[in-house]
Amino acid sequence: MPAPDAEFAGVLSGDWASVPVAAHRSRLRAVLRYVLLVVVALVVLFPIYMTIVTSLLTSPQIAHRPPLLYPPSPQWSNYSTAFTTGDLGVYLRNSAIQSVSITVAVVLTSVLAAYAFTFVRFPFKRVLFAVCLASLMVPAEVTIIPNYQTIAAFGWLNSFPALIVPFMASGIGIFLFRQSFRQLPGELRDAARLDGLGHLQLTAAKLVRRMGASQQAPWTEELIQRGQARGQRSGL
Amino acid sequence: MWLRKVRETATGYLFLFPAIGLFGLFVFYPLVKTAYLGFYAQPVFPGLPAKYMGFSQYSSVLSSSEFLGDLWRTVLFVLFTMPLGIALGLAMAVLAHKKLAGIRVFRTIFSSTIATSVAVASVIFFTLLDPQVGLFSYWLGQTGGTGILGSLTWALPAVAVTTIWLNLGFTFILMSAALQSVPDELLEAAAVDGASPTASFWRVTFPLLSPQLFFVGVIGIISGFQAFGQIDILTQGGPENHTTTVLYDIYENVFDYNNSGKGAVMAIALFVILLVLTALQFLVLQRRVFYAGAGR
Repeated sequence: MPAPDAEFAGVLSGDWASVPVAAHRSRLRAVLRYVLLVVVALVVLFPIYMTIVTSLLTSPQIAHRPPLLYPPSPQWSNYSTAFTTGDLGVYLRNSAIQSVSITVAVVLTSVLAAYAFTFVRFPFKRVLFAVCLASLMVPAEVTIIPNYQTIAAFGWLNSFPALIVPFMASGIGIFLFRQSFRQLPGELRDAARLDGLGHLQLTAAKLVRRMGASQQAPWTEELIQRGQARGQRSGL
Repeated sequence: MWLRKVRETATGYLFLFPAIGLFGLFVFYPLVKTAYLGFYAQPVFPGLPAKYMGFSQYSSVLSSSEFLGDLWRTVLFVLFTMPLGIALGLAMAVLAHKKLAGIRVFRTIFSSTIATSVAVASVIFFTLLDPQVGLFSYWLGQTGGTGILGSLTWALPAVAVTTIWLNLGFTFILMSAALQSVPDELLEAAAVDGASPTASFWRVTFPLLSPQLFFVGVIGIISGFQAFGQIDILTQGGPENHTTTVLYDIYENVFDYNNSGKGAVMAIALFVILLVLTALQFLVLQRRVFYAGAGR
């Protein structure tokens, strides 16, 4: 069997005869997969790319027909204008404070609740889980006015607690962590209990660590994104 | 024994307290207030007291053609966005689930829409679909006139495509994480037993993805019914209410028309509908979901 590089050179040069049949087929598959990957990547990125292009155009260039697919003379000053006249810096800072606080709080409250739902026995478990899910079904638009009144009663108007505290628990978070916890082996929990670990230590030490970055990172990002949306809206 | 039970129960409630307490104060208390508002009709002239209507306001709003039309469009929107969104996210995750050179770059790109918010995604597509300067309008020969977002036929699909694109990154990441948690030994065992890649995907991988698929399905329906930002930015419910969903109508009634009684009735209806749909999903699908672990 020739070295991989030789195979690949054969594929590239179109000299298929020099490539063994099995390797030939798997190379073809890899090439096909790359083609698909590139096509999907272009489709996903295109709207973002065009927005960046638009952000670097002048007003007359935006109206150009056919539309420009690249900025002929990038207008970087558009960005400094947004920062100086649009107070973008303040909004970004507010969004950062808000989203980081919400994310930390939501991970804490969700892990605790999901752990209880998965591993602790107590009455009304199903009802309480339904309550957590039901919290997702209340449209945010109808909670705005009553929450404004609640926050005013607490004296929190125009402060960060108003932007953070109402969002510190998340039905999505509890549901997602529960789905993952349920896939953890039960022996893990039993072993930890034999070792004399309490519920709280167990939650913190074993389970979350085993969840691994693959489960936690995306979901933390999702929260940050949610935080951003709220920050921008309050900015507007 | 008895003491242990009490302690276990106390632990459970203690762990739940932060989440349930916050939900009570900031979600369910407003919900109860909303239900109460639904019994009152707002006065024709501001300043007059609200008139008590009781359940008659509920029955008249919920049987109105306006509400039923909203509901139909909402269902259409969810049918456009949810199945296609999940299928695309899963397909992309399968495509990128292979150890190839540069695969990390593709994974980052595929998940990139998670860095956009509803507002950002909507503004992006609003620009691309603009009847005067939008690139998509230009490509589709829709320059000038009302444009795609002003078209009775294409406005709702356009909002749906925006939503699918926006959610792609989130679904992709969830599905990728789920794929990575499928043990290689199981797939190798299946291959040794002579299963084709297709068969081992549907018989081994797919069942192991079911908890995450179930999650995406439940959340997809809930968030589809509650889509707001993209409609508000792209179409404001137009043209001629062709993209007015239940939630958008609620928003207009509460914030634009000062008709909070009517909005409240619709909000309670939306809540009940979602409750029933989610309960059905749990009843029908949950027993088919395969949990590898100790979940009870």
